[in-house]
Amino acid sequence: MKRFGLISVPYLWLLALFLVPFLIVLKISLSDTALAIPPYTPTLDLSAGWAGVREWLSGLDMENFTWLTEDDLYWKAYLSSLKIAVLSTIFTLLVGFPIAYGMSRAPDEWRPTLMMLIILPFWTSFLIRVYAWKAILSQEGFLNQLLMGIGIINEPLTILNTNTAVYIGIVYTYLPFMVLPIYAALERLDESLLEAAEDLGCSRLTAFWLITLPLSKQGVIAGSFLVFIPAMGEFVIPSLLGGSKTLMIGKVLYEEFFANRDWPVASAVAVILLLILIIPIVLFQRNEEKQREAGK
Amino acid sequence: MRRLSWFNTVSLTLGFAFLYIPMLILIVYSFNGGKLVTVWSGFSTKWYGELFRNEAFLDAAWVTLKVAVVSSTIATVLGTMAAYVMVRAGRFRGRTLFSGMIYAPLVMPEVITGLSLLLLFIAIGLDRGVLTIVLAHTTFSMCYVSVVVSSRLVTFDQSLEEAALDLGCTGFEAFRLVTLPIIAPAVISGWLLAFTLSLDDLVIASFTSGPSSTTLPIKIFSAVRLGVSPEINALSTIMITLVAVGVIGASLSSKRTIAKRAKDEQEAIQ
Repeated sequence: MKRFGLISVPYLWLLALFLVPFLIVLKISLSDTALAIPPYTPTLDLSAGWAGVREWLSGLDMENFTWLTEDDLYWKAYLSSLKIAVLSTIFTLLVGFPIAYGMSRAPDEWRPTLMMLIILPFWTSFLIRVYAWKAILSQEGFLNQLLMGIGIINEPLTILNTNTAVYIGIVYTYLPFMVLPIYAALERLDESLLEAAEDLGCSRLTAFWLITLPLSKQGVIAGSFLVFIPAMGEFVIPSLLGGSKTLMIGKVLYEEFFANRDWPVASAVAVILLLILIIPIVLFQRNEEKQREAGK
Repeated sequence: MRRLSWFNTVSLTLGFAFLYIPMLILIVYSFNGGKLVTVWSGFSTKWYGELFRNEAFLDAAWVTLKVAVVSSTIATVLGTMAAYVMVRAGRFRGRTLFSGMIYAPLVMPEVITGLSLLLLFIAIGLDRGVLTIVLAHTTFSMCYVSVVVSSRLVTFDQSLEEAALDLGCTGFEAFRLVTLPIIAPAVISGWLLAFTLSLDDLVIASFTSGPSSTTLPIKIFSAVRLGVSPEINALSTIMITLVAVGVIGASLSSKRTIAKRAKDEQEAIQ
């Protein structure tokens, strides 16, 4: 009985505030836009009994989804978000792996400090860390001042308000999410394996390729999901660092909802985004469960 | 003692420079006297003064703090319960769904979570305000708490609990007297994580807040959307300093606890 209470409280909370909201999004994505409050029809009228439910069901259609396929803004935004998310996951991995590797090779007494230095930005406001790049990347910003000062360029580079700035922003803000799981995997690695490989005639590079890399796989997978999935729906970074040409679906959804007040279309955008992300989310959950089981 | 190879030294130096230089620039330029944010024109603390005279910012900071304290506390209770269920409850009907609902919010794009919660609040006729932000923040941060706490619970020796039960404790007493003291560090870091996530959240708060409940990130976002503002640099510096003091303090105290435990164990053996 107590076990039932322990399970049901968090369970019901998540059902009510995580799962049910998605069903509502799904429902509204099938409704029609209307100039009313709330701005969609039909609304479910339970007081009318079965007739109300029937009327509501007959009013649902796939119109918003057809609209999404007809206007090329939407599918371009999905594709461009996908491209930005995939490329920035790769960049974050390329930047993050050497840091995690360096940390795992560092002397034992340095490690707590290095760990703290990685965690510190993670606790610092995301918004502020994105904002910090505005002053660096702008036309008269610090990066251009530096590059012109040492004479590498004569004209200031335009970086802010382009996709390049978005990539920099994503790599910068999501870096701890990549470094921490990889470091956790590398730290568990038994060093005698590497010594054995070297004794058996492997070069250090071959040993890295054959032992370190495969054994850090779980960390790389976890880190990549932690970067890729949220980056796909990112809103803050493209709106602060990206330009008018930066198309990302998170921004489109936000504007559809707040600027155009088109709730059914915003909901349809969210439903499709969720369908795209459901496979990576399930894979991420499996990977985490597997790691937790392994930790036992 | 191991030494770092030149490759590792270079990658660590460059990596940490990349992480910290942007924040250092922000901090240094918050003491810049001029209105232009990228040109140094003498040391001054005038933007801090401006910030503390700005009523709108102070109000927003107060709302944010209230929301963060309440939501992180509820999230810690719910998240600890959820962690217990995940690690200890074994199999039960709907376990996969439960674990899915714990892990999915960790990676769910905020725009989706925010939109869906807003539509829920409207469907049940709940006015948007502090309450709705608290509900929203509790929901996503309880999942973070549960991940942090469950990672401590899996390494925990269950026979201690069983011993307490054998010695006549009720289930709750065993939890309060044995389990809780041991998982306390994880519960505290879960609370802190939930607290900072709530302080930091922009997207979900913009969906679920009402006109009378603007939070600090919403205020900051509307101020920096168009450009760089020296007042926000000052505010950022204050926030970065608070976090740095907190994180460094926490890591020093955990170091001391570990050292003390090692010493105690050493003495116990002798």
